Amino acid sequence: MNIVVCMKQVPDTTEVRIDPATGTLIRDGVPSIINPDDKGGLEAALALRESLGGKVTVLTMGPPQADLALREALAMGADEAILLSDARFGGADTWATSLTIAAALRKLTWDLVICGRQAIDGDTAQVGPEIAEHLGLPQVSYVSEIKPDADGKSLVVKRVFESGYQRIRVRLPCLLTTLKDINAPRYMAVAGIYDAYGKAVSVWKLEDLGVDAATIGLKGSPTKVKQSFTKGVKAAGKIYEVDAREGAKIIVEHLREKFII
Amino acid sequence: MNTQEYSGVLVFAERRGGSVQKIAYELLGVGRRIADELGEPLAALLAGAGISGAEAAVLIAAGADEVILVDDEALEPYMTEPYAKALASVIARRKPGVCLVGATTIGRDLAPRVAARLGTGLTADCTGLAVEDGTRNLLMTRPAFGGNIMATIVCPEHRPQMSTVRPGVMRRLEKDGSRKGLVTRFPLAFEPADRNVEILETVSEKAEKKHIEDAAVLVSGGRGLGGADGFGKLQGLADELGGLVSASRAAVDAGWAPQDRQVGQTGRTVRPDLYLACGISGMIQHIAGMEDSGYIVAVNKNSGAPIFEYADLGIVTDANKLVPALIEELKAAKASA
Repeated sequence: MNIVVCMKQVPDTTEVRIDPATGTLIRDGVPSIINPDDKGGLEAALALRESLGGKVTVLTMGPPQADLALREALAMGADEAILLSDARFGGADTWATSLTIAAALRKLTWDLVICGRQAIDGDTAQVGPEIAEHLGLPQVSYVSEIKPDADGKSLVVKRVFESGYQRIRVRLPCLLTTLKDINAPRYMAVAGIYDAYGKAVSVWKLEDLGVDAATIGLKGSPTKVKQSFTKGVKAAGKIYEVDAREGAKIIVEHLREKFII
Repeated sequence: MNTQEYSGVLVFAERRGGSVQKIAYELLGVGRRIADELGEPLAALLAGAGISGAEAAVLIAAGADEVILVDDEALEPYMTEPYAKALASVIARRKPGVCLVGATTIGRDLAPRVAARLGTGLTADCTGLAVEDGTRNLLMTRPAFGGNIMATIVCPEHRPQMSTVRPGVMRRLEKDGSRKGLVTRFPLAFEPADRNVEILETVSEKAEKKHIEDAAVLVSGGRGLGGADGFGKLQGLADELGGLVSASRAAVDAGWAPQDRQVGQTGRTVRPDLYLACGISGMIQHIAGMEDSGYIVAVNKNSGAPIFEYADLGIVTDANKLVPALIEELKAAKASA
């Protein structure tokens, strides 16, 4: 089975801190990682290849330094890596991103496309289903288990909901979005790390994809960021010395104001 | 695209196992406000199989001017493609300016599929929605970077302006049985090919025992509760707030709570949206495990307790008395909502 895994290189948000003086994000020195849901998808793809044969290709869109995430995937065992990198892809929202990646996928042959459910920097969970729509593929999102079906033409996957799950049979070709807890991703092998730097990462630009420049990047994005802000520095809290009943009322009032209840 | 052709607000009224979900009423609550600001109607799409008139009536009482029904066997149980077809078809026909979908595991599967089909923008997991003065565009505010940054997104040149909305954030309207509204059947033909995956098994699980690190609300107890009895009452409060119970090291050492509920340097680090500390003094080791919480409420009878220095809201009173009072107040607040 030939599988393409779409990945995103993200800042390790668990390392992102707020500057207490300015209320802004401190990104300096924050390491970049393969997005955890995508890494789960990559591990699932490598496991499928081990049982069924075939090829695993990793694909990412990003700046030139996203090469590092692809090298890590190669070191884990991916066969090929493609980097979609062009200044004209920049500033894309999920629609423009999915259009760009779908165009790249049309240039490749595969039976299965795997995306992580969502990236930890944006948390949108939109790019996977949008790619599936552009390519006219059946999709199953929130996947926490993938097994090949006996007929050889389908997969049986576990799809998670808020309170329960389904087992779903889906015919190939299809697109799945995976959760990070689908598995425990393998570590890079030492030999794999060595090999990863010997392998070529293909870099594709706008001209390689055959898409209209007006439909991608910032220009092609229907949504725009109007404003972004941090929650800011914490002000001193309010303290009330009251009886229990009055205290309960005050808490309910504040939770309402904060939309917590 | 001529954005002027689009008007009205459409909400996707999510239904599972034959029941309209809470998120549908929350979307109608915020949808009503936006529709009123725009001076346009609010419609709800209710899709499923065997929908009753009573379900539509409840949506009208919750704010809808019109309920659009798509009722077909192909829509039960949920599957991406038949629902994408239903929502995309209703949007194509009705041309709403705004379309809201819940940011649930169904809404987040459906909305991007539909947005891509229609070639419009979609903003994920919004916690704030407003109409911009002048342009009358929808201002969609959402958290990113794990909640460290908030961004306000607009979709100025495409319609509908689509957004998924985080569950539990928007307030539903008070039910008003005297509200009038239309119920319209939307005819749509489904083909067998629309059900393009096969559901082999559906398993409902009681929410598994969750980790305190993942909880949006934590009700945390400490030595000040005085004993296992006082600590045990926290569960009722956590249930009322939809959260989990956690504990200080003192409470764990006393055997009132298991080790996996311990917050602090030697326990877990948590950052829930709400951290409610009951009878916790706030030793530095405890603070290290919870200071990044979104909103911290501290209850302690000792006004000098260090926890108050970190709290957004502090109540100086006996936590053992406050916990039952707060449960009652929350119940009363819900009953009146």
